[in-house]
Formats: sequence, structure tokens, C-alpha cells
Amino acid sequence: MANEQVSLRQRTFGQTLRPDAWWVQPVVVFLGLSAFVIYSTWAAFQGAHYHFGPYLSPFYSPEIFGDSPHSLFGPKPGWWPGWLPFSPALLILWAPGGFRLTCYYYRGAYYKAFWSDPPACAVGEPRQRYLGENRFPLIMQNIHRYFLFLALIFIALLTHDVWKAMWFADPATGKTTFGIGLGTIVLAVNVCLLSGYTFGCHSLRHLLGGGKDEISKAPACAQAYRCVSCLNRRHMLWAWTSLVAVGFADLYVRLCSMGIWTDWRIL
Amino acid sequence: MSTATFKIWRGDATGGNFVDYTAQVSEGMVVLDALHQIQATQANDLACRWNCKAGKCGSCSAEVNGMPKLTCMTRMSQLPLDKPVTIEPMKAFPLVKDLVTDVSWNFAVKKKIKPFKPRAPDAPDGSWRMAQADVDRVQEFRKCIECFLCQDVCHVLREHHKHDEFIGPRFLVYVAALEMHPLDTEDRRADLKQAHGIGLCNITKCCTKVCPENITITDNAIIPLKERVVDGFYDPLRWLLNSAKKTLKR
Ligand code: SF4
Ligand code: SF4
Ligand code: FES
Ligand code: FES
Repeated sequence: MANEQVSLRQRTFGQTLRPDAWWVQPVVVFLGLSAFVIYSTWAAFQGAHYHFGPYLSPFYSPEIFGDSPHSLFGPKPGWWPGWLPFSPALLILWAPGGFRLTCYYYRGAYYKAFWSDPPACAVGEPRQRYLGENRFPLIMQNIHRYFLFLALIFIALLTHDVWKAMWFADPATGKTTFGIGLGTIVLAVNVCLLSGYTFGCHSLRHLLGGGKDEISKAPACAQAYRCVSCLNRRHMLWAWTSLVAVGFADLYVRLCSMGIWTDWRIL
Repeated sequence: MSTATFKIWRGDATGGNFVDYTAQVSEGMVVLDALHQIQATQANDLACRWNCKAGKCGSCSAEVNGMPKLTCMTRMSQLPLDKPVTIEPMKAFPLVKDLVTDVSWNFAVKKKIKPFKPRAPDAPDGSWRMAQADVDRVQEFRKCIECFLCQDVCHVLREHHKHDEFIGPRFLVYVAALEMHPLDTEDRRADLKQAHGIGLCNITKCCTKVCPENITITDNAIIPLKERVVDGFYDPLRWLLNSAKKTLKR
């Protein structure tokens, strides 16, 4: 009756007795995140086609220096070193990028998909050595809450962009009138999904009330904690939908600006 | 009634191998029933641990088709029966015999955790007053049946054998239940960071996935504890604030 000898000791990379397709999830996460990183890096380096009419791509907002009418402090400064590539996106993207990079959900997801630590639950790993988040550089993940503060400022700025995306200039007179285009909706949906993601953050949940043992003594905190917890339960879903939305919002503005898509004016 | 084939790990700490068995599957049957049938008909000496057969004692933990499961709560109808069902002992603990592992490390770990330290009683009769909302949060953690499936699936223990540096998800849940308790006054954050090794958890959520009590281990226990450790040790502003407070007190 006896058959194959299987050691119960350390398994090798990918070794498991799970008969299901355990590799599908890490592969999908790997492809999804890679596609986003490649597209956003490419888009950030373009430095062009990031605005169209009243719309500004979220990758380029706030535009601190730049050539578009959305620029806060005018064009690229003279002191910018010639050897350093310039794009308004490069000045700001580190903040939302850092927020996602240090997000508890994404951490768990990319440790699995990009580092196979573990590749999937109960599946053998490629390396013996393991330091977790105890040493540099991963110990830096602990500053996530500071990226959260920046992300909250970005939500306010992007909401302001949606407001600005409702005022269309008449090409003949230059007068602005209220209106809604498909682009306005795209930017608005993006802000809603980004808010769902940001306001469901684990660090926010902790800071607003999770850190208190007797939260009932601070009713405002208790209510805020309940709201954040409610969004937090679907944090993974918010993370992915907002990632797609922000990439699509840039793509929409870009293709309209390039003349490939025509913005549909609804109102 | 259909027939299912099984590959069951037979052996002890010195070695062993998978052995094929068959069992008759009837409606409502769970994996533990099949093990008992095999014990009765084909392998009287097959060692497996069980007690309640109701998912409440946490004794019957094993790995079914490669995933940590309670054998008494895993229905045969949930498994693909066209291929043999594999059953192995848990990997994170030393093997005693067949499907029985020595989980005593867990009890030693529990002893090292600072116990509940309530504040002085609120009423002269020695009793306390708590708001329901405050105890609700820790209630979830008290559902734990100590089946140690989460410890078994956690790669920090299972693959990296960091038993000396990491207490594992089960005991992070236990610490969370104490640390977030509205009456507790103990501060376990330094222990969490050092002796309990919370930084070794890389929040990959396998523990949450296998918990038969559906405790949201990672999101509700581990991450909130990680945030408390950040408060105590990694937040530069808080650190400045605390140092300033201390200096002023002096
Ligand atoms: S989330 Fe942390 S404790 Fe849970 S299985 Fe993963 S590494 Fe282990
Ligand atoms: S937390 Fe869940 S999986 Fe872990 S020992 Fe308790 S009941 Fe079992
Ligand atoms: S935990 Fe995901 S955004 Fe903070
Ligand atoms: S026998 Fe008690 S939990 Fe399975």
C-alpha cells in the first residue's frame, strides 16, 4: 500500500499539495500592478497631453510648475538642472505612489506576487532567509501614516479639480460657463473611488479611534471609527478600483488632448 | 454512496510516507468521519486527534489537500473526489505520529504574554463598568478555539521556523484581546516589537483565510497592533512629543 516518499521538511519553491490553481491570484496581481507601474511611469515622463479644456490628469495634479493653465507657480523654473528630466508629474507622484507602496493591503499583495514570500498560502518559498518588516528597507513601511496625511491633501486637491472641470471656456469669447462633460464624470468617479480607498486606510482607522480602548468615551471618534471600518472591510476592492480609475482618468484626458477621443459634453 | 480515495501521511518524527486508503462517502460526511472509517476498517493504528466533532475544541487540525483545515468541519462534498484526497499533519509543529503533532510550543508562548491587568474596580463592591461598544471589539478575538491552523499556515513559522522570534497569529489575536480591552492597563507594545516579533508578520493574510472561526486576524488584530507599535516606536512626531512631555515632567 505504501507509495511515494514525501518529506515533511522544508518544501521547495512552489511545492504544495493544493490541487487548486493557487498561482492565479499572484499572477493576476503581478500583471495588474506591473501594468499600472509601467503605464504611470510612462505617462509621468511624457510631460505633455495631461490637460484638456478644464480637465487636468490626476497624475499631474497639483501642477506645481508646468506649461498648462492649471500650473500653480508658472512654467518650469530656470534653476531646474538641464540633465534632470522634467515633468510636472515627477514633482508630485512620489506622494500617492508612496501611499500605495506602504499601504497594508498592497504590501501583503506585492510580497506575495513580486517576492513570493509566500507565493500563496501553504505553498513553498524560494528563499530560506527572512527578515519580515523588521529591518531596513521594509521597516520604513511604518511611516505609512505620513503618506496618509499627504493623500488626504491630494483628495482635497483632486476634488477641487472636479469643480474646475465643470467650467468650460467659450473659445470665441473666453467666458467660462458651467457644464458637465464625460471627462468631468471620469474625474469625479476617480475622486470618489480614491476617497473610498483613502478613507478606509488602516492607519486612519487607528488614528481616528482604533488606538483608543474606551472609544465610547469619545462619541465623535466612535462614529468616525465606524465609518472608516465600514470602508476598510472592502479595502482591497477600493484599492483596485481606484487604481484602475486613476489610470483611466489620465488615459481619458491624454487621448482627448491628443485628439484620438472626443470629449462628450453632456450639459 | 460513492467511494473516495485518500492519501494519508503515516509516520513519525524519523520519517514516513503517504499510504492509500479508500472510504465509502455518504451524505453529510466530513473528513474526520472518513478517517474514523479508515481507522475502523483498514488502519487500526492510524493516529489522529479529535474531541468534539463540532468545530469547537480545535483538536482535529490537519492539512486536507494541502490546506490547514479542521477535519471535522470539512465536508467531503466540498472536495473534488475524482482525485485522491491528501491528508497530512500540520507542518509548523513537531510530528508525534501520523496526523498528530506536538502543539505544546503554543502553550509555552502563551505563558510569556503579559496577563490581563485591570484598573482598580469602579464600584465599592469591587466590580467594573464597561460600555458594550468597547467590549464588542475584543469579543471577536474571544471566539478563538486554539486550533492553531493559523499558526500552521503562517509562513513565518511554517517555512522560516521563527518559533523563537515570533509568537504567530493566534497569539497576536490573544495580545489584541488583552491590549484593546477597555479595563486593561498593561502596555505590551515593547514586547510586541521585540519578543513577540510583530514586525515579522508581512500581512499576507493566510491566517485570516484559514481561521475556522472567521476571526479577521490580520485586519482587526495584527494591523491595529502594528499601528500601536508605530505609535510607540516609529512615529517621529509622537516620539518628539513624548520626549518633550517627559522632559517637562522632570
Ligand atoms: S498575515 Fe502575518 S501572521 Fe498572518 S499568516 Fe501572514 S505573516 Fe503570518
Ligand atoms: S485564531 Fe482562528 S485559526 Fe487561529 S487558533 Fe484561533 S480559531 Fe484557530
Ligand atoms: S492601509 Fe491601505 S491605504 Fe492605508
Ligand atoms: S473535533 Fe473538535 S474541532 Fe474538530
